[in-house]
Amino acid sequence: MPTQPSSPPAGGPELGADTMDLLRFATIGSVDDGKSTLIGRLLFDTRQLFDDQLDALSDAADRRGLDEVDLSFVTDGLRAEREQGITIDVAYRYAATPHRKFVIADCPGHVQYTSNMATGASTADLVLALVDATSGLREQSRRHICISALLGVDQLVVCANKMDLVGWDKSAYQGIVDDMQTLARRLGIHSCTVIPISALHGDNVVERSDAAPWYDGPTVLDALESAQAGGWASQHGLRQGNGGRLPVQWVLRQPGGGRSYAGMVNGGPFRTGDPVIVLPQGQFTTVRSIETADGPRSRAEVGLSVSVQLADDLDISRGDLISSLEEPPTVTDTFEATVCWFHDRPLVAGDRLKLKHTTRVTPVVVERVEGIFDVNALEMTEADELAENDIGLVHLRTATPLALDSYTVDRITGSFVLIDDLTIATVAAGMVGRPSIHS
Amino acid sequence: MDTAESIATTRARPSVGPNPGRSAQSGASVTALVRPFGHPLGHLDLLESLAIFIIREVAAESERPVLLFSGGKDSAVLLHLAAKAFAPGKMPFPVLHVDTGHNFPEVLEYRDAQVATEGARLLVAKVQDSIDQGRVANPGPVASRNRLQTTTLLDAINANKFDAAFGGARRDEDKARAKERVLSFRDSFGQWDPKRQRPELWQLYQGSVRPGEHLRAFPLSDFTELDIWQYIRRERIALPSIYYAHERRVIERDRMLLAESEWVQPQGDETVEVATVRYRTVGDATLTGAVRSTAATVEDIIREVSASRISERGATRGDDRFSETSMEDRKREGYF
Repeated sequence: MPTQPSSPPAGGPELGADTMDLLRFATIGSVDDGKSTLIGRLLFDTRQLFDDQLDALSDAADRRGLDEVDLSFVTDGLRAEREQGITIDVAYRYAATPHRKFVIADCPGHVQYTSNMATGASTADLVLALVDATSGLREQSRRHICISALLGVDQLVVCANKMDLVGWDKSAYQGIVDDMQTLARRLGIHSCTVIPISALHGDNVVERSDAAPWYDGPTVLDALESAQAGGWASQHGLRQGNGGRLPVQWVLRQPGGGRSYAGMVNGGPFRTGDPVIVLPQGQFTTVRSIETADGPRSRAEVGLSVSVQLADDLDISRGDLISSLEEPPTVTDTFEATVCWFHDRPLVAGDRLKLKHTTRVTPVVVERVEGIFDVNALEMTEADELAENDIGLVHLRTATPLALDSYTVDRITGSFVLIDDLTIATVAAGMVGRPSIHS
Repeated sequence: MDTAESIATTRARPSVGPNPGRSAQSGASVTALVRPFGHPLGHLDLLESLAIFIIREVAAESERPVLLFSGGKDSAVLLHLAAKAFAPGKMPFPVLHVDTGHNFPEVLEYRDAQVATEGARLLVAKVQDSIDQGRVANPGPVASRNRLQTTTLLDAINANKFDAAFGGARRDEDKARAKERVLSFRDSFGQWDPKRQRPELWQLYQGSVRPGEHLRAFPLSDFTELDIWQYIRRERIALPSIYYAHERRVIERDRMLLAESEWVQPQGDETVEVATVRYRTVGDATLTGAVRSTAATVEDIIREVSASRISERGATRGDDRFSETSMEDRKREGYF
């Protein structure tokens, strides 16, 4: 039975009032680096675990004959995960401190579950990477850090875990710092902090540890509380200073006649009276009104679900995109893209699939596979097929022209998934453009 | 493009201008103005907006969607969001209640009134019919019908050829739910395979199914219990009266307070007491426990939930107590 945390109670007075900001982060690392243990520790030490959850953990430990509660059981919820002691799929957890709210995506480390890891990282503001200090940075962790950087996550907190097993040796820590700083610079990761911790014992997770007097940086919680929380702004291209984009989801008929176009605002805010262009058709008009169920608005912020009426009666349907005239997306049916391939059958030129981009699904053909991204050398090597979990550069041609932005500009209009026609499974995640790597 | 540099440059700019909709003089927006790198939308606005986005995506991509409604607070929020997603039009799908027959009368009254208020069409699938037709074994008049609901639900989905069912499940409720995608694929037997979930990146919700298969869609995935209550407060959503403190005859059994009813009577040395209680969840009346509480208003409840040391399902749901993975096991069979 773990020592029950005393006061304050879980939650606390009005934690998570709607004026608080929200940090979404994903945890990554190789098998056995201790990710789930770290999340369990973070939740335990910030008093986010309820009494009945703690009791369930104690019961589980008793049944397995363990002396100590296994904090990784907090997130490893599936039967197979508990049996094998591994994480198979992303577990989402919710936490709040008096400073901010957190959505945590605890991602699996096994290579065969890379698609699940990418699922968790695709909506993250920050990645928390675990590295085992007894073995250093492994290829799998490198791969996951590369994937999160390609996905546009530019804040990285690295936990050099199991420092207790190397006697809190500063040189083991320093080796990881050197590796990570090189990797972060080449991948264009804006901020990288390395913290020596022991997730099992809680050193430098929430409580500062005496074990490493040579370390005077932040604890894991300090780093999470001081990181830039974009909410969803960064995922909607807001920081790039683009104009607004509204991928049309649904056409609403207005009671008095006329139509409005429902969707979520992306790229930049819309205002009534804004001149806009409808893509891919290329028709010009202006925003007549912006509506929500709560009434009309003069301005629609990025991330808001709205419906807009336009000044002219145009033929617009689901999948079309309403864009401001300020730097609109490019309309094209051929483009190059970086893809993570998740299918056990390789991707080759000539493959025919479906592609979902914003709210449009269209047939697509792979014109050419250009290369595979080598996560060790951080460069593209020539290849004519992508195997499962490879990241590569491909040239695609779609049946319908798409209104595209480069992924580095906008995560919404620059991303797509590929769908296998036969199994209707999602088989790839795609990002418009080439990965940006620094020499 | 030099990503690091361009991000550094954009960061130096103020992220957004002042919002004319919320003037600085109103007082309430002071916090918003001092947020260091804030988004002009609050956390509840973002949760609402994403839920509406998901509802519209699924409605657009499926042929015959349906919204599952239990009369509980989460399904009340879900129904409200579905109505908002298509306003000023009507929501383009019906609402389905799977009725165990073990109901709190207040919840049935509420169900009919609320579905009418939100302008929806109600369908009811009864577990009693599944028992009468021999689809499930009759467990006896007083036993829980929680697990039997799965058959009734799947039969209703098949009979109506529904290819997408919206549910009000949240990821903070349970370990298995924490693992589930927003769009969760079910095979032609209604089963969930947690080891073969579709990748679900960004906001690209991929909802294709083949005949006989269906999706479960969970637009409230990222809401916590506290978010739900704050949203109910903000939107003034009506709830069944049993969510608020009231006096009730209860029996303490297996660390839960069960309402005395035609199905729940004292056994052995159990006694009936009159207690001031409220419900944190609404389910089968034979399994859903009340909690001792004097919280009579939404404000009181938000205060209570903030300080709670017991999780929502742990406090009130007998159905989750059978094993460490009881929710996963039920979900694999096709449960909500």
